[in-house]
Amino acid sequence: MAVSGIVMLLYLIAHMIGNLKIFAGRESFNGYSEWIRTIGEPAVPAQTTLTIIRIVLLVAVVAHFWAAVSLWRQAKQARPQRYVTKKPVAQSYASRTMRWGGVIVGLFIVYHILDLTVGAVNPAGTDASPYDRAVAGFSNPFVTAVYVIALILLGMHLRHGIWSATQTLGQSNKRREKTVNLFALVFSVVLIGGFLIVPFSVLFGLVD
Amino acid sequence: MPLDLFSVGDPIADTKAPMDVPIGERWSTRRFRARLVNPANRRKLTVIVVGTGLAGGSAAATLGEAGYQVKSFWYQDSPRRAHSVAAQGGINAAKNYRNDGDSVHRLFYDTVKGGDFRSRENNVHRLAEVSVNIIDQCVAQGVPFAREYGGLLDNRSFGGAQVSRTFYARGQTGQQLLYGAYQALERQMAAGTVEQHARTEMLDLIIVGGRARGIIARDLVTGEISTHFADAVVLATGGYGNVFYLSTNAKGSNATAIWRAHKRGAYFANPCYTQIHPTCIPVKGDYQSKLTLMSESLRNDGRVWVPKERGDTRDPRDIPESERDYYLERIYPSFGNLVPRDIASRQAKNVCDEGRGVGPGGLGVYLDFGDAMKRLGRPAIEAKYGNLFDMYAQITGEDPYETPMRIYPAVHYTMGGLWVDYDLQSTIPGMFVIGEANFSDHGANRLGASALMQGLADGYFVLPNTINDYLADGPFEKIDDSHPAAVEALQNVQGQVQKLLSINGTRTPASFHRELGRLMWDLCGMERSEESLRKALDRIPEIRQEFWTNLKVTGDQGGFNQTLEHAGRVADFIELAELMCVDALHRAESCGGHFRAESQTPEGEALRDDDNFAYVAAWEWTPEGAPPVLHRESLEYEYVHLAQRSYK
Amino acid sequence: MTATREGATFASGTAADPAMAKHDMTLTLRVWRQKGPADKGRMVSYTVTDISPDMSFLEMLDVLNEQLIQAGDDPVAFDHDCREGICGMCGVMINGQAHGPEQTTTCQLHMRKFSDGDTIDVEPWRASAFPVIKDLAVDRRALDRIIQAGGYISAPTGTAPEAHSVLVPKKDADAAFDAATCIGCGACVAACPNASSMLFTAAKVSHLGLMPQGQPERNDRVVNMVAQQDREGFGGCTNIGECSAACPKGISMENISRLNHDLLGALRAGARPKS
Repeated sequence: MAVSGIVMLLYLIAHMIGNLKIFAGRESFNGYSEWIRTIGEPAVPAQTTLTIIRIVLLVAVVAHFWAAVSLWRQAKQARPQRYVTKKPVAQSYASRTMRWGGVIVGLFIVYHILDLTVGAVNPAGTDASPYDRAVAGFSNPFVTAVYVIALILLGMHLRHGIWSATQTLGQSNKRREKTVNLFALVFSVVLIGGFLIVPFSVLFGLVD
Repeated sequence: MPLDLFSVGDPIADTKAPMDVPIGERWSTRRFRARLVNPANRRKLTVIVVGTGLAGGSAAATLGEAGYQVKSFWYQDSPRRAHSVAAQGGINAAKNYRNDGDSVHRLFYDTVKGGDFRSRENNVHRLAEVSVNIIDQCVAQGVPFAREYGGLLDNRSFGGAQVSRTFYARGQTGQQLLYGAYQALERQMAAGTVEQHARTEMLDLIIVGGRARGIIARDLVTGEISTHFADAVVLATGGYGNVFYLSTNAKGSNATAIWRAHKRGAYFANPCYTQIHPTCIPVKGDYQSKLTLMSESLRNDGRVWVPKERGDTRDPRDIPESERDYYLERIYPSFGNLVPRDIASRQAKNVCDEGRGVGPGGLGVYLDFGDAMKRLGRPAIEAKYGNLFDMYAQITGEDPYETPMRIYPAVHYTMGGLWVDYDLQSTIPGMFVIGEANFSDHGANRLGASALMQGLADGYFVLPNTINDYLADGPFEKIDDSHPAAVEALQNVQGQVQKLLSINGTRTPASFHRELGRLMWDLCGMERSEESLRKALDRIPEIRQEFWTNLKVTGDQGGFNQTLEHAGRVADFIELAELMCVDALHRAESCGGHFRAESQTPEGEALRDDDNFAYVAAWEWTPEGAPPVLHRESLEYEYVHLAQRSYK
Repeated sequence: MTATREGATFASGTAADPAMAKHDMTLTLRVWRQKGPADKGRMVSYTVTDISPDMSFLEMLDVLNEQLIQAGDDPVAFDHDCREGICGMCGVMINGQAHGPEQTTTCQLHMRKFSDGDTIDVEPWRASAFPVIKDLAVDRRALDRIIQAGGYISAPTGTAPEAHSVLVPKKDADAAFDAATCIGCGACVAACPNASSMLFTAAKVSHLGLMPQGQPERNDRVVNMVAQQDREGFGGCTNIGECSAACPKGISMENISRLNHDLLGALRAGARPKS
């Protein structure tokens, strides 16, 4: 869970920074998109690096999902009879929404790939450039709303996930606990803020 | 003494301690002379151990390690619950790490003197000898004792001792020592040398051919009553303080195992020796179910007082210094608030009897930290006693930093128990008794931090060395359920359980228990007199009579029935209470925890009568309502000379 | 006091002090009643009156039970022993919280924490590894079996070297002690949304792993104890922290991190659980 999460987290950092290229203009953004597909050429065939990244991510997603499902299943078996009354004390909204939040984020990623990577559900279509697809999509307030909700959920997922991964990897202690939690919060806010800035900029016409 | 209360039988004596060598060599000599059991033969020998406290847990684990087949029984869900877990203060050992003049001989001397010269010198000396091994053993198990910055073990002075010989783990020493023994025990269970019987209560002893050969036990979950056989039986079932209903014991602590063994022929020694601990949280109301001890370390800084005037109900903070009576400091100028437990308790009772007690019912005295707070500051007090203050606040709802604590004595420990010889064997061959359940090494009064020492000494080091000598004759004749002795014992238990369920009267076991406890506290508590004891002896048979005709137990014998469990235990407490009063009445002297009003100095201090009572009273049960038989074991003091205690 | 079944009213003994009586409370209890492991069980309501704020929660249950017995009804079964917060035998869910609204054991929770007229739900610990025996009493031997899997230092009696032959830095001894204060009550399992026993296991792994005496068995200990808790059917840990918040001894989450650290190290070193 922790390791696959970290792999995806590293990707998200790169993804977020890449997204910000949109402010450098259409050419720069499309060029960046093209560059990803050609890294390593001509030493390796086109799309090699991207394919490797995609395979690694896919493995991480499957591993993450598989681990989540087994934990979920284990928890269900460990408490077949629920409490009549149960009052959460320590759990945050973030930790409570890890499972459903994770599922929603997962579904969102599928939509997101169909929308901006493949373009199948994008108003600009499969033939448009990445820049045009982004602008076309985020101009629609409903699309932007979906992205905002999903990204906030992702942020909460990361907020608990980062803390949890530190614990699972045995890197936390009483002294560090506060720092880890603060870092998880700040990191999640910055990352999600970085992601959200793009759709909002499109929606409010800062990028067109 | 009228003969209708008891009769006198032959004297009894320990024959196992090798008296032909000096005291310092007796234990090693006994170990050498005790026969051994070949490791290959140990697998063929079975030992039942009842109880998993410090004594039972350590004994079962050690016997399992030695290769015996052990069967361990306990009434709680886990062996880790045994009430040794609640001991707070610490454990004594003659390590002399402080270079303050401690030695095995000094610990021996202090314990004999502290026990008011009513314990056996040989046993106490052995206890002092093995005390040092206990600390080594516990440290090796990973018990997290308090340490100094250099990494060495920390020691403190405890219970008025003049040397620092007490090892401790914050205020939870008993818990940590018990977990050490518990982990060793669980390790043996995993290794298959110890068979586990959780939530199982011993209800009778099976004797075949004069030897203890097994027990009848009830599975508290299924209600099944079954037989369990062995080559030897070890009882480590703790004390009987709950005869008083309110005590610092756990709610489940009971005398059933030792009492039923007593009824099968084991002598019960010194039943009247009970320790009343001075610093407990007072009773709040009729619903009170148990009493909570506050470590006596509080008396190091707290000052005990009551108002000078009777019935003074002012807020303690409004009572000026001139109207307070710091009675311990007044009566005992040299020891002050640090007098031994029995003295502090009795003086608290005296001032309350004078009508100067404080709090609900006038049963309490103040333990005031006002001066200490001024002298040391609140942070220092918090650091030293924070957890105790929190506990007090939690239970009473009062803030002890703001207002003086109220304390009152409570029954804490029983020095009496089944009689054992130097090998810890009872008068029934093959039945051994260890820990608080035996009449032990504490004489008439136990010193602080000595109970943990005795429990672990018995379980780790004494019993595993002495039981071999008995088992060397085994394995004994094979027996099964069809043996007449087993059938008889089983039927006896089944009959009693059925009887308890069939009375169908109107009073609950708890109501009888409360009535008995109140009676014992009032008439056979901190101060006993011929008059009070006779009154108790008139009343107890009436309670017993009503118990067996007007008890109400709901449910049935099959399945989990806590009311039935309690009823059986109360039945035994009632019988034991009677013996306690007989013992207290016959011992017309004051010694240690036993204070007879008729036997005191002109200043009101306990007056021992060594000419007439320097003996252990070992009582034999006689069936059919005949009075018990007294067997005296006379006590000789070769090394510590008889002297009156003085703390003035 | 004839009607005793559902909805019946029970009074505690006479209020000795009239001044106190006016503070006494009437409460509605909804208690889980289950005759045995095979029974389905259900919540049953009782009203108790004249409850003093100074009573402990268990003394309040005693009052209810005394009245139930007198009326010929089956009293509520609940586990308890020392009643001073150290044996770990007591423990029920009170209004959805393990040991109730204070971070202490059920026996140390006092009725002054409640108000007159409150409704209090009382349920047993719920986990498949803690099967219900009856009413509020559950079987927690699974925790002992986790200890059996490795929660010890192998030091047979008599083999110990002199106590001062191994020094333990005070910092380590104190940290080990903090972890060793776990009383094995099972509140961590009860409170955990996953019914995980991780905090319990971690406390023991930490205690022994922090002591020099615990080093030789450190790797095997952690892999075997973790394997055993899975075998017992406890859930997995997702680091939510309900366990630590419910723990009457305040065992901290850092112990879980320490367990994970040891576990990864042990697996890297090739330690594998005994089958």
